[in-house]
Amino acid sequence: MKMRKVLILSGLLISQNSLAITSQELLQQYATQARQENAAFAGFSAERGANFFRAERTHSEGKKVGCSTCHTTDPRKQGMTRANKVIEPLAPVVNPQRFTDQAKVEKWFGRNCKDVLERVCTAQEKGDFVQYLVNVK
Amino acid sequence: MKKWMQLLVLVVSVTSAGVLLADGDRDGKERGEERGEHKSGEHKSGERASGILPLVSNAKWKAECGGSCHMLYHPALLPERSWVKMMAGLEKHFGENAALDEATRDEITKFLIANSSDKMNDRRSRRINESITPGEEPLRFTETEYFDARHDDISAATFKRKSINSPANCVACHPKAEQGDYSEDKVKIPR
Repeated sequence: MKMRKVLILSGLLISQNSLAITSQELLQQYATQARQENAAFAGFSAERGANFFRAERTHSEGKKVGCSTCHTTDPRKQGMTRANKVIEPLAPVVNPQRFTDQAKVEKWFGRNCKDVLERVCTAQEKGDFVQYLVNVK
Repeated sequence: MKKWMQLLVLVVSVTSAGVLLADGDRDGKERGEERGEHKSGEHKSGERASGILPLVSNAKWKAECGGSCHMLYHPALLPERSWVKMMAGLEKHFGENAALDEATRDEITKFLIANSSDKMNDRRSRRINESITPGEEPLRFTETEYFDARHDDISAATFKRKSINSPANCVACHPKAEQGDYSEDKVKIPR
C-alpha cells in the first residue's frame, strides 16, 4: 500500500517535468530524424549552423530577413521583437533555459523557419543550428 | 505515515492543477482585490473607476498572447468578429507566423469571444464596441475611433519615441494596461 502511494507520488512529480530535455537529447532526436530524411546524413556541423544563423535572404515580400533580424548577430545578446518584447539570448552559455523544452523549440522552429525561409526547416538544419548555439562560448 | 503520504499526494496534485489550470484565475483574483473589484460582483457603472476594463484571465491566453512577442491585449478591446478573423489567420499575424496547435487556438478563441467588446457589459467595453462600425472587422484597437478620440493630443512623433515605439505598445504609457487598467490617472508618457 505504501509502495503504491510512493509510485503515484513519483508519477505526479515526473509528469510535471515531462517536457524537460537536454540539448544533447534534442540533438540525438534531430539526428534520428535527419537520418530518416537523408540516408547519407553525416552528423551535425556547428560551422554550418553558424552560417545558417548569419545568413540573410530577401523575403518574397521584399524585406531582408534572417535570424539576426530579431535575435541580433550575437546569440549571447538579448534580441527584440517588432512589438517591443525582449527575446532572451539563444546561446545556452548565457541562457541555460534554451533547448530544454522540446515543444517550445519545435514551436519556434515551426514559426520562424516559415517567416524567414518561407518553408519548414530540415532536421539537418535544426541540428546544425542547435549544435552551433550549444558550442557558443 | 499513510495519512502523511496521502496529504503529500494531494498537495502535489493540487499544485499541478494549479500550475496548469488556475494560474491566471488566481492572478485575476489578486488584482481584483487590489482594485476592490470582483468578477461576479455587481457594479453601478457610475462607481467604476473610468478606464478600467473588467478582470479576465486564461492561462493559455496569457502564455501565448502576452508572453514572447507582444504585450497582453484585453479581449474587450475588439469585438467577437475581429477576434474570430484574427485567430483564423495566425499564420500571417501582422506579418509574422504565430501559428498555434488547434486545441490551444480554439481555447484562446473561445476566451477572447466570451470577453470581447460586444459580449462585455461594462460601460468601457460598450463604448469601445459602439465606436466600431458594424460590419467592420478591425484587427488593431489603435484603428478604432475610440482610440483616436482619446489620443488626438498625442503626436505621431511621440508615438515614435524609442521608449514607446508604436501606438500598439500600450504599456509604454499605461503601465497597468496588461491588467486592463487604462485609467488616465495612471498614464505616464516616457521621454
